[in-house]
Amino acid sequence: MEKMRISKEEVAHVAHLARLEFGAEEVEKFTTQLNDILLYMDKLGEVDTVGVEPVTHAIARKNAFRDDKVGVSLPPEVSLANAPGGRGGCFLVPKVIE
Amino acid sequence: MEFEPVIGLEIHAQLLTDTKIFCGCSAKFGAAPNTHTCPICLGMPGVLPVLNRKVVEYMIRMALATHCRINTECNFARKNYFYPDLPKGYQISQYAHPPAEHGWIELEINSGKKRIGITRIHMEEDAGKLMHDERNPVSLVDLNRTGVPLIEIVSEPDIRSAEEAAAYLRRLHETIVYVGICDGNMEEGSFRCDANVSLRPKGAEKFGTRTELKNMNSFRNVQRAVEYEIKRQQYVLESGGVVAQETRLWDDTAGVTQPMRGKEEAHDYRYFPDPDLVPVVIDEAWIDEIRGSLPELPLEKRERFMRDYLISSYDAGVLTVSRALADYYEEVVRLSDQPKIAANWVMGDVLRFLNEEKKDVRECPIAPASLAAMIRLIQGGTISGKMAKEVVEAMYKTGKPPEEIVKEQGLVQITDEVALARTLAEIIGKNPAQVEQYRAGKEKVFGFFVGQAMKATQGKANPQLINDLLKKMLAG
Repeated sequence: MEKMRISKEEVAHVAHLARLEFGAEEVEKFTTQLNDILLYMDKLGEVDTVGVEPVTHAIARKNAFRDDKVGVSLPPEVSLANAPGGRGGCFLVPKVIE
Repeated sequence: MEFEPVIGLEIHAQLLTDTKIFCGCSAKFGAAPNTHTCPICLGMPGVLPVLNRKVVEYMIRMALATHCRINTECNFARKNYFYPDLPKGYQISQYAHPPAEHGWIELEINSGKKRIGITRIHMEEDAGKLMHDERNPVSLVDLNRTGVPLIEIVSEPDIRSAEEAAAYLRRLHETIVYVGICDGNMEEGSFRCDANVSLRPKGAEKFGTRTELKNMNSFRNVQRAVEYEIKRQQYVLESGGVVAQETRLWDDTAGVTQPMRGKEEAHDYRYFPDPDLVPVVIDEAWIDEIRGSLPELPLEKRERFMRDYLISSYDAGVLTVSRALADYYEEVVRLSDQPKIAANWVMGDVLRFLNEEKKDVRECPIAPASLAAMIRLIQGGTISGKMAKEVVEAMYKTGKPPEEIVKEQGLVQITDEVALARTLAEIIGKNPAQVEQYRAGKEKVFGFFVGQAMKATQGKANPQLINDLLKKMLAG
């Protein structure tokens, strides 16, 4: 590998943040793959962007608003339809310690 | 070593819009669980959030009221973390490009006026509500609050004491309620405050390690928590320890701050621009339109009251504590043309009755027109100031206009000179010894005659008139 854009530690850290569990072999594999992707992305760095404002969107549209008018909400039983558990109209989840 | 506290506050305020920030679900508090939810605020795949225009308008109102610079363009970012009250796995907030920056508000503190800087104001969505089961290892999630619009107001680390922190919070609370974008209810959580507290050796430039305080749901608790935290950190530093950078929760009952459990690592939110939401552009015309609709702010009102109504700074402060009270007072002044007397009645009797029942001025049974009418009755001599005390109490209890109460209770002051003179002549005739004493120069006896006159008229006579008539008649 000529240049490293991402380390195994970073891959493991990002995986943890995403609550994904990988074995050592997988971490190795994803590090190589992500590294290839990031090296490929470096191509973008070759474009001269001096004096060009950064953009966050691919389209030029600005200010898409809606009016403050109440619309229709879902019946709670529909909102909860896909939940693994529910009680009294609430989603039931494993206890969160605060 | 002497330490100097460095404090900054972060405030989250729920906006008084009818709907949520990115969908048409109702933003109203207190509905049955999950009845205000839809695919957008539930974070279903493939949905598209669309920004509520009113949220931007309300943010601009607060930005103007706190002298912020409003940026032409801002955008939304995703703040990524996992928690059951956050169905999407990220909160839509604003990060690199906030809409408003570099503002300030002014406090009146013992040593004079002090400006506290406002770093930024931005818009974001609220998270849902978690309830914990006491007996079973489960938590319940209600997503009605998910997507309710918030603005976050971040102060500069300009605050130097717990008192200043409370004063800043009060001023900001007053301002946000004045501009009508938040109900300011701290108990229901529509106005929440976190505090960053650190200590540094007095005179030092560099900040010490800070802790973040949460869970303070009243002005008093913010002051107590900050006070406690300053003492705690001072103790840690003085005994040679180091302050750990952590989040601490205020325990109201124990009166202490305690480290929050279960935070295993430093936050890594991986903010990035939200591709679902296009940038927001705020032009001068929009800002001007909102500026034109802003009400007079508390500080301006206070200064105008002192200038136009010639009342003290203290009185002006009390009367402008809320927009509703200030409006009430001004209406009484407009109808009575007696600013000073109106201030005394509003601040004295009316506020006392309201405070006793913990009522707001908007629920006051005495209409401003009635109070003004009562003031006119005093000025016109129909009733005395002493009678007015009874009248105003009856007005509060019954909601009746003063004229009716005066008539019902037979309180009309006797201003008929001829009738009063007749009564006084009788008193003088019955007390020749006292008349002799008075004429011999014993002026104290005058009080005796006044007393007799008040008794004879059951306190209904105009005291000034009694004095004048008695002086003439006793002179012989």
